[in-house]
This record gives sequence, structure tokens and C-alpha cells, in this order.
Amino acid sequence: MKTVNMELSGVSKVYEMGDIEVKALDQVSLRVNKGDFVSIVGPSGSGKSTLMHILGLLDKPTSGEVILEGRGVSFNNDRELAKLRNQKIGFVFQSFNLLARTSALDNVELPLIYSGVPSKERRLRAEKSLFEVGLEHRLEHFPSQLSGGERQRVAIARALITNPSIILADEPTGNLDSKSGKEIMDILKSLYQNGNTIVLVTHDPEIAKMAKRIVRVKDGKIMEE
Amino acid sequence: MEVLETVKLATSAIKRNKTRSFLTMLGIIIGVFAVITLVSVGTGLKNYITEQFESIGANVLYVMPGRMGGDGEGVSFNAPPNFAGSKLKNSYVEEIKNLGEPIEDATGYIEIPGTAKYRNNQTRITIGGSSPDIINFVSLKVKDGRFFTNSEMYASRKVAVIGPEVASKLYGNMEPLEKEIIIADSRFKVVGTLESMGSGIAGGEMDRSVYIPITTAQETFDIKNLQNIMVKFTDKDQADEAKFRVKALLSRTLKEDDFSVFNQGTLLSTISSILQVLTVALGGIAAISLLVGGIGIMNIMLVSVTERTREIGIRKSVGATNGDILTQFLVESVFLSLVGGSIGVILGILGTIVVGKLISANAFSLWSIILAFGVSAFVGIIFGVAPAAKAAKLDPVEALRYE
Repeated sequence: MKTVNMELSGVSKVYEMGDIEVKALDQVSLRVNKGDFVSIVGPSGSGKSTLMHILGLLDKPTSGEVILEGRGVSFNNDRELAKLRNQKIGFVFQSFNLLARTSALDNVELPLIYSGVPSKERRLRAEKSLFEVGLEHRLEHFPSQLSGGERQRVAIARALITNPSIILADEPTGNLDSKSGKEIMDILKSLYQNGNTIVLVTHDPEIAKMAKRIVRVKDGKIMEE
Repeated sequence: MEVLETVKLATSAIKRNKTRSFLTMLGIIIGVFAVITLVSVGTGLKNYITEQFESIGANVLYVMPGRMGGDGEGVSFNAPPNFAGSKLKNSYVEEIKNLGEPIEDATGYIEIPGTAKYRNNQTRITIGGSSPDIINFVSLKVKDGRFFTNSEMYASRKVAVIGPEVASKLYGNMEPLEKEIIIADSRFKVVGTLESMGSGIAGGEMDRSVYIPITTAQETFDIKNLQNIMVKFTDKDQADEAKFRVKALLSRTLKEDDFSVFNQGTLLSTISSILQVLTVALGGIAAISLLVGGIGIMNIMLVSVTERTREIGIRKSVGATNGDILTQFLVESVFLSLVGGSIGVILGILGTIVVGKLISANAFSLWSIILAFGVSAFVGIIFGVAPAAKAAKLDPVEALRYE
């Protein structure tokens, strides 16, 4: 039997826009096993971003339950939520979301600052993490001095540094040229081969195909292929 | 998150916006500087006046004509020039002198504003009519010549001892001794000149003084009585005893409403309390600028939170708690106001030194420094809380979407 890393059970998300209620997610249940590589595809507005945010514990479901490593997540406890985001989840965004005017090393160290790791150890682990994504020659560069592909690799290094139980990549190649995009996908693939759990949101069918499973989101409901 | 990390984070954010941080701090710098410097003006004045009083001697009683509010709590040192109503007679001075222990000395005194002339020169003066004993009461120092004598007083001689300003205005580079001086159309002879009392508040007035024998003054200005009587007693602790004796003596011939006796202590404490109010008022006005400085910090922090919305989203997505974000921004505003406060304290101390030189008294007051610095730290917290709370409450998804 496979270990379940993350599970959504009957999760709905309703946005109220004035008098109209918009159901972004409608009773979604999804299981992500340890070592899985799941692609989430769907047209824009389908609810895949909301799904991603709930998986990343950034957004709170209106109803339903999120179970992380066998334990239900309490969305009302900010400290607990922050701790889980910090230790269990590695986020890679389409727009990189690196801190400006902050070196690659400092960006990668960021999650460790919030988990109280001493600065020497932080530095070592950040160097190692940047080394793993092939950026050992860019440690002190600011994001503005890096190419798009390099920035995304810094973001991946930041996501990896805490050894998260799940890596969430939200359109990681969306802002990149095809060559850099391929490099990023190669990194994600090798992470998967090393046993990491990856959830990838994309609208590119070619990229989606690289994953082991493809989940299609439409009108707030999901369908597995 | 560790304290050290938070402080590092705050300082790096401040360094990143050097000009803006400096301008924000400027509000606090000016506020703290103003509080300390303005309070030092009040403190300096108070110390100066206390020193002046103590230089005259704390063991002097003043007998003034008429009733001066309360139990001699009057503030008026110089009764109005028109003291026709005074019932203080010359003879009382001798009687008081003869009271014995603890009373040492007494002199009558009249002070009249007027003008003095020599040839074509003319200057505004203060005429002081007294006995030669006045030197024991007011710290007058004779520079050239001599003070007038008791025999000159008894004979109502027209002799004058002039202040340094009067000497220079009337005689320029000439030697004033033995020259004539016209006061109220009478010719006087200059027998002595006084040393300058300095540029202080009372000093300037003293330098414009001309002292003449009291009897001469009474004749010249057709005054029968005295403006006041100064009584010197042996020791500060004897003030009440001396006061009681003088009162008892005068009550024999005068009604209670005809005179008041008070000593420097009461006068000093009255002036002190006025200056205290002045000091607090000045400090209060300056504190408003400190408040404005605080609002400046709040304004900049609000701008900073909006600008860094995305950064807040990023931090939250990698594990910052609401508390971490709150602390980050709060430390930033407290840091700004503390550094501003420290610079303000340094400038304030410099300002105090300058004020002290100008007033020529010690103007330093520790409480204003502690208060100003404390308030600036407090301002940083109070005005930092709202922006920091705003930052902490940001929804991570919204924050990450912010362009």
C-alpha cells in the first residue's frame, strides 16, 4: 500500500462576489501519494489555481478537509499553518516570487530563517541547494542579474531547502523560453526520480504528459485521466 | 524567528531606502531636538535666576509697601514707580537695624526710571536711591573711584555712582570720575563707576543703573517715603525669625495692609514655579513636533507595507507567521524612531550646551532627555503598530497576486 502524502476530501471553495456566489472548487477529492508526480491541467478559471493554493495551505477551503501526512489541517491556526508551509511544502511559482535586491543565497535561506536554523547551517544548506540546481556560480547574484531560467532554479532551490514532503509548482515554465523551460522540467523530473512528491499545474499538454498522473480540472470539479 | 534576524531584516530594509529612511527619521530628530533644547531654555533660565538670587544672598528680606496677595506671596519685586502710597519711613531702617540678632543690616531703597545727560549725550537709566550699605545686598563692585559714603547720604549730597553702560554712553572714552551728570535737571558729581554685571537678564538692567544717596533721591524727586526696605539676616534658617521680628516692629506703627514682608525664598519659589510652567509649556509645544514625526513614520510604514505586499506574500508562503511579519515591520519603525531619537538626543545636548552658553547658566536637564528619547521609542511602537498589523493581516494569496 502506498503512503498518502496529501489528501483533499470533499473540498469546496466558494467566493462571494457581491450577491453572486462563485464555486471555484466543488467537492473535490484528491489523493497525492508519496513519490507521486501529478499534473493538474485545465483552462484558466477552471479552479486549478485555487486547488493549488489550498494544497499549498495558502488558501482556506470553504468546506471539506485537507489531510497532510495523515493529520487534518486546521486552517484557523496561523502558527500551525505557517509551520506546515515552512516544513512540509515547497512552492515554485510562475513568476518566481524571489525577494528583489536579495542575493540568491539569501533568497534560498529564507524558509530556514523562519524555522530558526542558525545562520552558519543555513548558509551551508543554501549553498548545497543552489549547487543541486546548478547555480553554484550565482550565489551572490541578485534576481535582477539572473536569467529567467536561473531565477526559477533559485526558486526551486528555495523550495527544496527544507526537504518538503510535497513540491507544488504553479506553471513553473509559464514565464520562460522553451529552452529554459525544458531545463526546469528536467530538474523537476530528476527530483521526482529521486523520490520527491511533485504536483505541477500547467496548461501545456506536452509538459503535463511528463507527469505520472494527469488530473483535469473543469468548472471546479476534477477528473483523473 | 530570532530577534537578531528580525533586527538584521529591519536594518537591511532601512538601508535599501536611505533617503526615505533619513527623511522619516528627520521628523523624530527634530522633535527630540526641539523638546530637549526648549526644555533646556526653561531650565537654563530657572538656574540663571536662582543663581542670581543666590549671588545677592538668600538671607535677605524685602519689606514692601502695601499688601501683596496672600502672605507676601507677591511676585512684584519693583513696586510701581508711583509709590506715593508707601508708608515706609526712613526711620524704620534704623529701627530695624537696631533689632539685633538675627538681623544684620538694612537699607531703604527707591528705584526710578529716568534719563541722564552729560553735555549733548543722553541715555536712559535706572536711578537707585539707597544707603551705601546697598553693596551688601546687591553684588555691586566698584571699578573706579568709590561708592558714596554715609556722611554724603546724611548731607544729601548730589553724588552718583554710575553703571558701566551709563559711563560709556555719556562719556565715551573720557574718564567719568569727577565729571558732572544731569539727572532730573539736577547736577550730580560722578564719584565712582561700577563693574559690569554681565550680559544676563538682570545684568543689562544693572549696567544702566545710577546709584545716588537715598536722601538725595527723596529730595530730588520729592518723595517722602521708601519704595522698599531690604533687610539682611545672619543665616538662611533664620528667615522666619527675622521676618517675625520685622513684622512685629512695623506692626507697632503700621496697619497690616500697609506693608508686606517676604524673603527671597518665597520670591524665588514663585519665579521658579512660573518658569517651571514655562518649561513644561515649551516642552509640550515641542512634543507636538515629536507627534508629527511619529505620524511621518506611520505614513512611510504604510507606504512601505503596500510597496512590499508581494514580499509579505512570499514570506508567508515560505513559512512566516502573522507574528513574524508584524514583528518585522514593527522593529523597522521602532528602529527608525530610536535611531532618529538618538540623533535628536545628540543634537539636543549640543543645543543645550549652546543655550547654556547664551544664558550663562547650566541648562542641562536629564529628565527632558530621558522623556524625549522614551517618547520617541514609544512613538515608534504606537505609530508602527497600525502598518505592521495591516501587513500581518494580508491574505497570502492576494499578496502574491499583487503587482
